[in-house]
This record gives sequence, structure tokens and C-alpha cells, in this order.
Amino acid sequence: MNLDLILGILQIVLIATTPLVFAGIGELVTEKSGVLNLGVEGMMLVGAVSAFIILVITGSYFLAFFLSILSGIIMSGLFAFLVLFLMSNQIATGLALTIFGIGLSSMLGKQYIGTPIDGLSPWFFVIFSFLIVFLVSYFFYKTKAGLILRAVGESHNSAHALGYSVIKIRFLSIIFGGSMCALAGSYISICYAPMWQEGMTAGRGWIALALVVFATWKPERVLIGAYIFGGVTILQMNLQALGLRFPGQFFSMAPYVATIIVLVLISSNKLRIKLSAPASLTIPFYKGR
Amino acid sequence: MNSLFPSIVSRSQSSGLMNFFVPIISIVLTLITGSIIFVLLGFDPVYALYTFFISPISSTYGISELFVKATPLALIAIGLSYCFKNNIYNIGAEGQLTMGAIFGGGIGILFHDTNAFWLLPLMIFAGAIGGALWGLIPAILKTKFNTNEILTSLMLVYVALFILDYLVVGPWKDPFGYSFPKSRPFSESGRMPLLFDGLRVHFGLIITLFLIFISWFIFAKTIFGFQLKVSGYSPKAARYAGFNQTTLVFFAFAICGAFAGIAGLAEVSGPIGLLYRDISPNYGFTAIIVAFLGRLHPIGIIFASLVIALTYLGAEDAQLFLQIPSAVGFIFQGLVLFYLLGAELLINYKLTYKKLL
Repeated sequence: MNLDLILGILQIVLIATTPLVFAGIGELVTEKSGVLNLGVEGMMLVGAVSAFIILVITGSYFLAFFLSILSGIIMSGLFAFLVLFLMSNQIATGLALTIFGIGLSSMLGKQYIGTPIDGLSPWFFVIFSFLIVFLVSYFFYKTKAGLILRAVGESHNSAHALGYSVIKIRFLSIIFGGSMCALAGSYISICYAPMWQEGMTAGRGWIALALVVFATWKPERVLIGAYIFGGVTILQMNLQALGLRFPGQFFSMAPYVATIIVLVLISSNKLRIKLSAPASLTIPFYKGR
Repeated sequence: MNSLFPSIVSRSQSSGLMNFFVPIISIVLTLITGSIIFVLLGFDPVYALYTFFISPISSTYGISELFVKATPLALIAIGLSYCFKNNIYNIGAEGQLTMGAIFGGGIGILFHDTNAFWLLPLMIFAGAIGGALWGLIPAILKTKFNTNEILTSLMLVYVALFILDYLVVGPWKDPFGYSFPKSRPFSESGRMPLLFDGLRVHFGLIITLFLIFISWFIFAKTIFGFQLKVSGYSPKAARYAGFNQTTLVFFAFAICGAFAGIAGLAEVSGPIGLLYRDISPNYGFTAIIVAFLGRLHPIGIIFASLVIALTYLGAEDAQLFLQIPSAVGFIFQGLVLFYLLGAELLINYKLTYKKLL
């Protein structure tokens, strides 16, 4: 194997993994505050389609990314309103967000399937994805605000008793998660693909959710996990391209099977999961006015 | 003088009346939102709503189609209620449906030139086994390895779809099918009998109603149903009472998987008649909405499956007559679930206006 080939594969892995890092780190912040948002896939799709449409209409990359992130804020804001103010079941509400997002994105994007665009170079976002992970890590473990956010996720009643606004902190965490998911989606439709296709995130939102468990809720480990999954995905694509006498579908299912295996390996240590998961995850906060 | 905004006060007991009204409130709110969306898209809302919700079922054929769509939805949803009652979040019913179709359909392909009375029962049985086995994987991973069933059951959907894809382009491809990715058609006795001549509504509806009745009996009259409910409400109480949570998880997943598997088999041996890639328009996921909208109650699920089936038909008509992409159906499904979850607040809490003076 020559050096060029190795560098080439490394480049592809970096480009393919970046959306997983964005979505994973966004969901990690949401979960750290004690809220599980299963709507990642839906928010990514809506983010992807809105970025694509706005780029086609205005031709501005800045507007495309900016308004796509706004779509993530609106989608996650809807989720936040339901789970925080109406205290709805987080799991069911997240699923509703995904179903709604799948429908909304394919309806909005119907007439844009096959529209050609000039893709944007991914490298800025690749670097940004590393940066954001370290910023989140710094925020969690070196700043007071980060400590408060983690406290809300561990015990919302204690945080409330200390005078912190549980609802406000959770709202902001959910919104951050939503914007990161939309960014991941717009990266896929504008840098990675670059095109729009129905359901083009292909389960990456769910893999991002699995990444958070894999990372045992620690930011830097999202990076490690994402690159393992990204590596497996690119490896299977390359093996498929080699044209081995082995059906392609079995390669295509590799990332999903790998996700299951990794989840099992991480979760089978019950104590580790219990110690690392935010203790208030999925529990609604009711002030009892 | 009262304060402008209501405050939320916990009820001492959940409201039975609201339990009944919340689904209706959410459907009404969805219709209102739907009309607003139609106006924004530039359609006459009355005409659009008529096209969406009335015209699809204004003929005998339309009503038959409504039952064709409601059959898998209701069957999967009643299966899901075994899981959801116990707070087990199996969201991979789509994969269990696919596996049922593969197992049952495989029998149908194996005996494609056999005409015998035992063929269809064998296919149904194989479909149930396939779905149950696929459902047992997340159950084992949850109970033995502490792995979150939401993610594993969902990942298994993708795996099942790739297996189906492999089979219909590979070993099970129709040798006379001009290399289209589809299998041989099943023989006549491997097809679900039609209930009426010229209509597509099939025997799967009878199976579904039977299994819903059985489930009602299990939920209402047996210890197993009681255990499911108790461990859903309070896992601590269930443990104290000595209920075996592992067994409950296994049964819930196996039953749900079997029901979804039968639903998948009923699709391929009913309206479709062979195996190919897109056997289900997301029935497995949409059934989650049906289960919640029906409040996990057998009668509620029957009504909910008809309402959600109508969104499928309405979306098809909207695409045909209004040129609105059929994905609008999923938007309605998402909306109804949003409203339902939001309005559930009224069951356990009440809104009161505090006196300011």
C-alpha cells in the first residue's frame, strides 16, 4: 500500500465522519442536561433540506447554513416546548419529531431532487467539528456554567433548590443540540453529498444517539466513537468497491451491526452506565407550584 | 380577578374523562393545523380537507382500502402495546415486520408451485416465528447485556431491510422476472383470501381482529396482563411483588415481534403476492403513533388505526388531485402525535387560574 492511498482513505474518513461528530456532540449536550431527544434524525433531515433549498434559491452558502441552523432551533424548540412545559414523554416526543421531520423534509424537498449545486469544501467543517468537541469539553469541565448544566442533568431538584432555572438551562441545551443536528444535516446535503435525496441521512441520526452511549457521556469520546463508525463505513464501501465475491448488502449493514455490537460491549458493564449516564435523563421536571 | 395564564396543578388521580377526550382533542387540533398548512400552500382548505379526508372513503372501494391500510397498523400497534404498557420501547417493529415477510414469504417461494390448504397457515406461522425471533434479539441484549432496546431494535430495522434486499436481488430473484428485484409470485393457496369480490380487503383483517380480541382478554383478565401493567406503572412495586421482569421483557418482545411478523406476511401474501424491496410504507413506525393515539387500549387502537390509515389514503389523493407530495401524510401523523403528547398533560395535571385578588 502506498502513502497516497492511505492519505486518500484518511481524507474520506474525515469527510464522512464529520456529521456524526456534530450530531453526536449536540445530542450529548442535550442529554447532559437530563433530556433525551430521539428526534436527531428528523432534525438532521430538515436541516439538510432547508440548507439545500436556500442555497438553490439564494446561492449564498452563509444564508444556507445560517437558516438551516435556525430550522434546527425551531424544530428542537418545538420539542423543548412539549417536554419542558407540557411535560410530555421524551421518548415518544422525540419519535414524533423524527416522523414529522421525515415528512416535512421530503415534502419540502420533492421538487429539488436532482437539482445540481456546487458543493462546498468540507475542510472548514472538519476542523470546526474537532474544535467544537474541545470547546464543549472545556465548557463542561472548566466553567461554572458547564458545572451547572451537568448538575441539572444529575439532579434537577437539587439544582432547582440551589436557585438555578432547570427549565431555562434545559431549553438552551436542547436548542444547542438541535442546531448541531441541523448543521450536521446541512453539511451532508451541501458538502458531503452534495445533493438532496429523501431520507439521505440514512440512519446517521440514530448512530449519533448510539455514539453518546458509546462515549459514556464524555465529549472527547464522541470523537473516538464517531471515527470508529466512520472508519467502518468507509472500509465497507472500499471492500464493496473491490468487488469481492460477497453480496454488497452484507457490507452495507456493517455500520449498523457494528453499532449494536459496540453498544452491547459498552452497556454490559451495568455499573459504568449507571455511573456515567445523567441521573435525571428522561425524567420530567415538575416544580409543583 | 384571575391571573392571565393558567398554572399547572398535579391531579391526585389521573382523569378518565380526559383519557378519552385527549385523542379527540389532538385529532381536531391536527385538522385545524392541517387547514392552515393548506391555506399557506395556496389551496382552498375546505376542498383540500375534503380531498384528504372525505373523498378517499366515499366509495366502497375506498372503504375497503381504508381497512387494507388499517390492518397492519392495528396489528402492529396492538403488539407494541404489550411493550409500551411495560415501558419497553421497541421501535423496531418495521424490522420485525420485514423479517416476518422474509420467513413467511420464503415458505411461499419454496412452495410456489404447490396448491394446498396447509400452505397459508404454514406461511403465517413462519411469519410469526420470523418476527418473534427478530424481536427477541433486542430482548436478549436488554436483559442479558443491559443494552438500550431503543437503539438496538432500530438498528435491526436497517439490517432486516438489507437482508430482504439481498434476497430479492440474489438467491430469491424471480428467474422469469427480467432481472427486476422481486421474487416469484406465491401460488394461489399462498395468498390471503379476499373477503369480498373485487375489493382488496383480505383475511388479514379477520386475523387482526381476532388477535386484538385475544389481547384485550390478556390485558383485562389475566395475571400476565396485570403484571405488564404493574411493572409499567411502578417497576419497584413489580419487583416487590416478585414479578420476573426478564420474562416480561421476553414475552413482550416476542409477542410484538410475532404480531409485526404476521402483519408483514399478511402484506406480502395479501395485496402484494410476492417479495420485493418496498413491502411496507413505514407501517412499523407509523404503528407507534397508532398505539399511542389508541392509548394502548384494544378498542382505542382499532379507531386510531382507521384514523391513521386515512392519512395514508388522503396523502395519495392529495398527490393525485392537488399535486401535494404524499409525504404530507407523515406530517399529519407527526402532528397528531405532537398534539396528543402535549394534551396528555390534561390527564395527569389540571389547569387552574390562580386568584390574584
